[in-house]
Amino acid sequence: MMDALRPLMKPHRLILMALAVALVWWCAVSLNWAWLPDYWNNGLILQGLWTTIWMLVASWALGLFFAIWLGLAQAAGPWFVALPAKGFCSVIRGTPLLLQMWFLYYGLGSLFPYIPWIRHSWAWVYLREAWPYGLLALTFSFAGYEGEVMRGALKGVPHGQLEAARAFGMSRFTTFHRIWLPQAVRRVLPTLGGETVLQLKSTPLVATITVIDLFDVSRRVYQDTFITYEPLLLLAVVYMAITGLIVLFFRWLERQVPTKTA
Amino acid sequence: MKLKLLALAAIAAASLANVASAAAIKVGVAAEPYPPFTVPDSAGHWSGWEVDLMNAICKDQKLDCVITPVAWDGIIPALNAGQIDMIMSSMSITAKREKVVAFSNKYYVTPAAIAVAKDSKLGMTPKDLAGKVIGVQVATTNEAYAKKFFGKTSTLKEYQTQDQVNQDLAAGRIDADVADQFTLADFINSKDGKACCKMLGALPYDAETLGTGIGAAFRKSDTKLREEFNKGLADIRKSGEYDKITKKYFNFDIYGG
Amino acid sequence: MLAYLTSLFEPGHALGLLAWSPPGWGQVFLTGLLRTMEISVGAYTMGLVIGVIGAFGKLYGGEVIRDLFSIYTTVVRAVPELVEILILFYAVPNVINQVLVSMGHDRITLPQLLVGITVLGVVVGAYMTEVLRGAILAVPHGQIEAARAYGMPPAMVARRVTMPQMLMNALPGMSNLWLNTNKDTALLAVIGFNELTLTTAQAAGSTKAYFFFFFAAGVLYMIISILSGRVFAFFERRSRKGQPQIRGGVI
Repeated sequence: MMDALRPLMKPHRLILMALAVALVWWCAVSLNWAWLPDYWNNGLILQGLWTTIWMLVASWALGLFFAIWLGLAQAAGPWFVALPAKGFCSVIRGTPLLLQMWFLYYGLGSLFPYIPWIRHSWAWVYLREAWPYGLLALTFSFAGYEGEVMRGALKGVPHGQLEAARAFGMSRFTTFHRIWLPQAVRRVLPTLGGETVLQLKSTPLVATITVIDLFDVSRRVYQDTFITYEPLLLLAVVYMAITGLIVLFFRWLERQVPTKTA
Repeated sequence: MKLKLLALAAIAAASLANVASAAAIKVGVAAEPYPPFTVPDSAGHWSGWEVDLMNAICKDQKLDCVITPVAWDGIIPALNAGQIDMIMSSMSITAKREKVVAFSNKYYVTPAAIAVAKDSKLGMTPKDLAGKVIGVQVATTNEAYAKKFFGKTSTLKEYQTQDQVNQDLAAGRIDADVADQFTLADFINSKDGKACCKMLGALPYDAETLGTGIGAAFRKSDTKLREEFNKGLADIRKSGEYDKITKKYFNFDIYGG
Repeated sequence: MLAYLTSLFEPGHALGLLAWSPPGWGQVFLTGLLRTMEISVGAYTMGLVIGVIGAFGKLYGGEVIRDLFSIYTTVVRAVPELVEILILFYAVPNVINQVLVSMGHDRITLPQLLVGITVLGVVVGAYMTEVLRGAILAVPHGQIEAARAYGMPPAMVARRVTMPQMLMNALPGMSNLWLNTNKDTALLAVIGFNELTLTTAQAAGSTKAYFFFFFAAGVLYMIISILSGRVFAFFERRSRKGQPQIRGGVI
């Protein structure tokens, strides 16, 4: 326990920590936090936090699923599959996410109401909401970036292993999900934590298309009360905390997976 | 020696004061158009009811005022950082906001009105709109109004700008649009508005949520400018200048009781 | 051929909405593109300066400097850029003015472009610090020692040995960062900065031609990405002369 604390006990670090405590103290005392109980009690903060988290988790899982197919299409598919997959990744990586999101919500979304059979179908209940567009944009974005990573990882698995699997009489599918995919995922894992943090940092963009996430709540506090910096500072702290949790989680995950690669 | 320094300081102070009084008052308006109150043309010139009112008040008080457009999201920090000196941007006076900025006396009040899609059969009572989605602009008196009367039975969807609410009404993403009567009428009478939507009419007036009205915002320390503004406003109300400006844009009185 | 192409941009034709003068949006649109490029180049340059200082500070600075740079890079990389931009965009002029006023000067109005570049530059700087630090670390230490043993002065070691090899390692990361900088300028749209994305939204909102304008803007961003990808690939090939080429994911 004392050993773990030793690196923190250097004089300049103690001074830095004292400064940090002083800064937090100053923020807590001399800034205006009177708005906080109101927005906590009316549930808006928790609602925003929840939206941010489930948007992150859902777009992460869906995006990763698509990414595997995008990577596979580019690494092993025939040209008529590989080319569209590559094109998709390029467009996603080459244009701003904000633009993609506005394209989906204001562009695509504004076309639907003029198509009668969509307007009268069951899907309209969801299509008129904002969150499906936000989720779709975030999913596409994660799929685009991770698809590129998966392509590299799949190509990085030694070919001899796949040949050996085939020689053992494994079917193409078994080879893929027993040999190829697990090794590729193992290669991707060290970068996945960082990519997840990047994805978290993309989520506030959904606030620009009227989804009530954590960032939108802070903007609402500003619009209501004209208090500018305090909601943003709190927001920064919350995002930092979530980032910390993500980093810890992926460190733990990496320890669960044997790291020795062939 | 000491005297000389004092004299120098006095001169410096005087010249500084001169500079300060000669400097133009920068009036912030939201960069997003809000017809018919603040409207930019393609060359960046601003016109509209609020712009005319500002010019009249500044002329009455012999102030040199220039319009400075700022994004609505950054308008308060801009005021506090001194990038602008006052805000005239159809800002609702609310008790929460008065803790951060100082407001002038109100210079207009608008009743809330409601618009729906052209083919809609909805009425305008809370019962008619139960279970429906109503769009409002965030942190406006109209939002407070909608919350009070429709909040319990309908879903409110909040937008950053009125333009977005109108867009989404046209796109069918909301069932009704509650906004102040003047801007809503402006939208309904436009080409896009006529194509998609119709006005149901003004909602019953409610003094609790709408009564405080619209005012100009100042830094709390800037009492002098605020008093000058209030004096100028009172003068043009008395001289009939206010009504003359209003007649240019509306066919009724927007000052309210 | 040229006449046909220009006729496309006339009002009423396929690309009439992009005509140069009003009611076409061509000029406004290209001005937006220009602002985007101005901010990207400015912010990237500033990020590069911060990155070089940060990387050398983190590697060769004293303990205090190292810790300070670590805090800077960790915090900046843990908070969404949108939030950082919002805080800094308002806070920087505010702090400058408060200092000026407390010293007895008048308030000044900072040009928006400068504030935008500074804010984004601070964000880019944190990532650049990490890219360059990694690149310097990847230069084999034996080579530097060998160069010293040959009696090369430190400046020559840096110019002949460290810099070329570091550049080779840093270029892929720098290229990614440039693309990100270019795309992050779009975030300034949220604070009312008239760059390409906000211009697009305004044009789309006024004309109701959402699809057309968002598509056009997407094409412009893609062109920037592809062209700059090529430029970086060229420099990467040059810097890797005599080394095995690695094929990164070029856009």
